[in-house]
Amino acid sequence: MKRNHLQAAFEKQKRFKTKVEGYRKKPLDLSKAKEVPEGLYEKCDQCGKALISKDMVKNHYVCPACDHHFRLRAIERISITVDPHSFIEKGLGFITLNPLFVDHYENKIAEYKKATSLDDAYIYGYAQINNNPLVLGVLDSHFMMGSMGSVVGEKVAKSIEYAMVKRLPLIMFIASGGARMQEGIFSLMQMAKTAGAIKKLHNQGLLFISVLTHPTTGGVTASFASLGDIILAEPKALIGFAGPRVIKQTIKQSLPEGFQRAEFLLEKGMIDKVVHRKDMRETLHKLLVMHQRG
Amino acid sequence: MDILQKEQKLLKLEEELRSLDDETAIQEISDKIKTYKQHMMSKLTSWDRVLLARHVKRPGTQDVINYLFEDFIELSGDRLYEDDQAIIGGLALFEDQPLTIIGQRKGKNTEDNIKNNFGMPHPEGYRKALRLMKQAEKFNRPIITFIDTPGAFPGIGAESRGQAMAIANNLYEMSDLKVPLIAFILGEGGSGGALAIGVGNRVFMMENSIYSILSPEGYASILWKDAKKAQEASEVMKLTSYDLKEFGIIDGIIQEPIGGAHHEPIKMYEAIYRTLRDTLRELNDMSRFELATERYNKYRKMGFLQRFNYENLQEVVK
Repeated sequence: MKRNHLQAAFEKQKRFKTKVEGYRKKPLDLSKAKEVPEGLYEKCDQCGKALISKDMVKNHYVCPACDHHFRLRAIERISITVDPHSFIEKGLGFITLNPLFVDHYENKIAEYKKATSLDDAYIYGYAQINNNPLVLGVLDSHFMMGSMGSVVGEKVAKSIEYAMVKRLPLIMFIASGGARMQEGIFSLMQMAKTAGAIKKLHNQGLLFISVLTHPTTGGVTASFASLGDIILAEPKALIGFAGPRVIKQTIKQSLPEGFQRAEFLLEKGMIDKVVHRKDMRETLHKLLVMHQRG
Repeated sequence: MDILQKEQKLLKLEEELRSLDDETAIQEISDKIKTYKQHMMSKLTSWDRVLLARHVKRPGTQDVINYLFEDFIELSGDRLYEDDQAIIGGLALFEDQPLTIIGQRKGKNTEDNIKNNFGMPHPEGYRKALRLMKQAEKFNRPIITFIDTPGAFPGIGAESRGQAMAIANNLYEMSDLKVPLIAFILGEGGSGGALAIGVGNRVFMMENSIYSILSPEGYASILWKDAKKAQEASEVMKLTSYDLKEFGIIDGIIQEPIGGAHHEPIKMYEAIYRTLRDTLRELNDMSRFELATERYNKYRKMGFLQRFNYENLQEVVK
């Protein structure tokens, strides 16, 4: 019998697995987010000011000089958004495969796993904001630009289904370059999968708040990220379908100032509100309270 | 030698054939053409199929509509901004059953292509498509879509008017439509721009069409920083009908004549006719609820991954 391509990909992964040090078996340790050694400095990408890392945490990872919002790791995002110790991670044990046999894809995934201690770019779980329960999903742009492959798509759908089972509101923080090229057509299909799952959520009358952070582009913007009942965005976040470089190449013109930034989308009526990071938790809290019934 | 060069050679042989009077010579050349077709043009690489899918003479949505539906009535506009010429929509009768038809349309010449934006829709196009789909649902008409686009248009206007939101909204609504949705990929199935009218109960691909997350050129420039490696990329990407059938992404392949559909378009139209007839018969028997559930479950299952269940140490492969 002719060996199926996908069977072969799966077997290859099995062989590969022996080479990589285990898969994450425990939920993410959030206390790590706050552990910043003394005397460490960081430089703001925007204004170049040197900032003490410890102060950064206190300042919600926003530059005090120029208000630049730093890109957050998933654990940092969770720790500044929800009540301490309230987050319980769900959906462990997903393993990313290499269906198209793209060279070095397994190695890349293994490197990102090590660097971020995530399984893939998306994590979700139960959480509380000021004691209001919710399902929180976070895309981490430090893991392969937060791109959506089969595992991310599946986990996004699972988090939506988890919200439906528990009948809880769903909040997602998006940061993604779009679909994951290495997984080809499977990544594309995740758009239909996740958008369909959101439709089910809406049919059940549950709240979905989508928070777009820098950057939100491509297949993720064109599926679940744009389907929130309420869409918030962080200041100056890049949000769009095609990337600015692609648009520039296609139309052979320079792009207007501030194009595809959160403020631009607000002006064009595509999002509800631009919310500064220091106000995000409070805004989400208010929205959650306003959607409580009976 | 790629398929286009082979095609040039075939054209030369055919020209030679026309200039001949002698019967034995005619026989000789036509035998030669036959063997040439069978040996040189029946085995195609992925890149050959990319070239065929983009062939200027390839029959497009408009041609298929003209052949299959005699009394097609075009319906226009998204009721919000303007009428996008890259997407054509309308109503037709097929074996006495009214259908809603939606498809991306490419032009046959430069003038048409500029009017149709080379088959690359703006948000208006997707909103028009959605309007017609919701209308079809209201009147219980099956929806037939024809996909032939390099992708959704990347431009300032498209972004300003919410290209991403328009596509997302189509995916969202299509997952729950209560009528049959049958999609045919005729030429290029480019990324989200194709999927935005292609979430079907059944999806069929022409043998030499392609369906991918990105153009091979774009893929090569992202992964290898070199757009010239498109040919190599097309092999890696698994974008042909045969690959996608094996992956379970599409439901069927519609055979084309040797050398591509443009050699004998009627064969392709007839094959689409037969497939459409059979599929409609099958789906017409399903209830509104079943149609939506089946479609949702189909896409819900898509993906290739593994889950390790640590509690009972079982591997689950999807």
